[in-house]
Amino acid sequence: MSSAATKLPNIERHTIAVLVDNEAGVLARVVGLFSGRGYNIESLTVAEVDHVARTSRVTIVTSGTPAVIEQIEAQLRRLVAVHRVHNWTTSAPGIEREMALVKVTGTGEKRVEAMRMGEIFRCHIVDTTHTSFVFEITGAPSKIDQFVDLMRPLGLVDVSRTGVAAIARGPEAM
Amino acid sequence: MDKDGNAPGSGAALEKYSGLPTRDGAIELSGAEMVIRALKDQGVKHIFGYPGGAVLPIYDALFAAEGITHVLVRHEQGAVHAAEGYARSTGKPGVVLVTSGPGATNAVTGLTDALMDSIPLIVLTGQVATHLIGTDAFQEADTVGITRACTKHNWLVKDVNDLSRTLHEAFQIATTGRPGPVVVDIPKDVQFKKGPYVMPDAIRHRTYKPKTDPDLGTIVKAIDLMANAKRPLFYTGGGIINSGPEASRLLRELVKVTGFPITSTLMGLGAFPASDPQWLGLVGMHGTYESNHAMHDCDVMIALGSRFDDRVTGNIAKFSPDSKKIHLDIDAAQINKNVHVDVPIVADATKALKEMLHFWKTQKRKVDAAALKEWWKQIDHWRERKSLDFRNSQSLIKPQYAIDRLYELTKHRGNDVYITTEVGQHQMWAAQRFRFEAPNRWMTSGGLGTMGYGLPAAVGVQMAHPGALVIDIAGEASVQMTMQEMSTAVQYDLPIKIFILNNEYMGMVRQWQQLLHGGRYSHSYSEALPDFVKLAEAYGCLGLRASNPNELDAMILEMINSPKPVLFDCRVDPKENCYPMIPSGAAHNEMILCDAEEEGTKVSDEGKMLV
Repeated sequence: MSSAATKLPNIERHTIAVLVDNEAGVLARVVGLFSGRGYNIESLTVAEVDHVARTSRVTIVTSGTPAVIEQIEAQLRRLVAVHRVHNWTTSAPGIEREMALVKVTGTGEKRVEAMRMGEIFRCHIVDTTHTSFVFEITGAPSKIDQFVDLMRPLGLVDVSRTGVAAIARGPEAM
Repeated sequence: MDKDGNAPGSGAALEKYSGLPTRDGAIELSGAEMVIRALKDQGVKHIFGYPGGAVLPIYDALFAAEGITHVLVRHEQGAVHAAEGYARSTGKPGVVLVTSGPGATNAVTGLTDALMDSIPLIVLTGQVATHLIGTDAFQEADTVGITRACTKHNWLVKDVNDLSRTLHEAFQIATTGRPGPVVVDIPKDVQFKKGPYVMPDAIRHRTYKPKTDPDLGTIVKAIDLMANAKRPLFYTGGGIINSGPEASRLLRELVKVTGFPITSTLMGLGAFPASDPQWLGLVGMHGTYESNHAMHDCDVMIALGSRFDDRVTGNIAKFSPDSKKIHLDIDAAQINKNVHVDVPIVADATKALKEMLHFWKTQKRKVDAAALKEWWKQIDHWRERKSLDFRNSQSLIKPQYAIDRLYELTKHRGNDVYITTEVGQHQMWAAQRFRFEAPNRWMTSGGLGTMGYGLPAAVGVQMAHPGALVIDIAGEASVQMTMQEMSTAVQYDLPIKIFILNNEYMGMVRQWQQLLHGGRYSHSYSEALPDFVKLAEAYGCLGLRASNPNELDAMILEMINSPKPVLFDCRVDPKENCYPMIPSGAAHNEMILCDAEEEGTKVSDEGKMLV
């Protein structure tokens, strides 16, 4: 997805956070806006972030021309259930993290190599059998891409990724 | 019945008896009673609806409710268009009540229409009982799922304790900011259950706070551009109408003090009087020669409540290449959506126009009079092209002639005339030729282009303005899509006049097939049509037919003077095309005019892809 998109010079990848009221159907509104207007979703994460105020934070990684990104932000702000929209790519630098669970099977030399790579990437091994590992890896999406690529020849069988969570550096909130 | 003759559960009765105060002072009502009470508290006088299983409790509460008139339509699409006509002609929200399943799905076209044209509607739908939701119950549909993309917002109310707050929020969201339709889906068990009723003034929405005050810095930038303009142009739209009559008044004042020319979108007609010499006429695909050339050549474009729709801009790459653009819109998402603008103003039109006038006057701004004189000279030169002229006929009624006569024979009634339309050639001819002097007199389906809009819309307009002359300028194809609402007009003594320009074709489809598809008229001819005169009689209306230009005036007068609803079968030249026209993919200064038809039209392959 992203590799095809980045070939065009004016296509940019942006991470956008949307704080919404956690009401029925709110995710469908956000997702429906993207599909209805033909915008891309590269990843999307959502969870309630304040159980008292009943607000959820949706973090969307999307791609488009600067004009499309401006439209995406404006269209998101129109949604009635939306409190705030923040673009982490155009604002002061933020931190982006993603978690993945990566399952690798194999024995002998390949198994040892997979474990060694896991250590280099500071993975936790969260499940082990004589023929498999499940690695838990956290980091920027590009680091996870890289780890998954390295595991491919070593017996990669399954990957589950969370999508991106983002937050600002320094004392400021969204 | 109580002692005042009110049926139990009726609005009047429930206010006195069933409204037992709860601990916190709120009164307790059933969900159905809350609906009626909320409508009253929101000042609703008319609702358009159709009963069914899942709304029976609300209809029961409505049975003897005083102060609310229910208009029984013949199809739910008709109810929504009628509510749109009502809203557009009054500035008040339109209210619709329909049942679950097919009732709700039939309302979808009207909802989408209202969303595209920013019409405030509150559509109440019944839903199957909460315990049946998701079981494929009889007349169950995922109404909030289906209508999510065609409403400004929607709700499924599963708890009666949330109902009154949701209803008041629905009114607030539909009518403020950029107006639009909302849906409140109410399961049948919620209509029966009792809960506390809260008053509208207790409601403040957590997230919804539309920005309506302009940033004064942008206002000053805008008037700077205007004062230095050499070839300025106002390009106004439906946002002026939606903002209310005061916006039209302020617009008129601003156009007067600047002396600039003004054009308008389809949705904006009536905001500025067509009789004024500064008025250039409609802009866009079927706009006048002077409007479109002025759009192309202007150096400062002042877009007020218009959204650079593709019917206006034509080919974006060739759109008004040398102008600085000021764009006032209440919806921030319209800024830079289709066209990059230089000075965006996100605000309500009335407030922004007030500030523009204030700064223009207090800062003693002057226009570049010499340049403006040259600009008007150029515009007058374009006007001499007389782009709305057509070749009249002695034997056939030309559709343009029919609309001209309709206008001439009704104009003595001034602002007491309301025009609705269907969609197609007749709509464009009406927009070009009927001359509007006041806002809220022109009801048409602009964004969605809904054939079948005009007849039910006329029902809604006439309901709101009982003594007025309400005419649907229609085509014979469109009008058959919602013809059943003639029966509604008869039931409520609504003397709407359906003026059908009958050319036996889907005229606009035929025109495009002629211009773009080699004259292959694939399925655009109606080989069978009803006898509209007999049809009128069957409905209990007056049916009239004119086939000859000589008899047209007398027939129109008979139509206007009849106290009944009228179906007027005006047989017009089936071959007439609507000009001027910007062919698909072309620029504003590449128009086809009526006298150029014989030369043949070149439409690029790229242009053919466009709708």
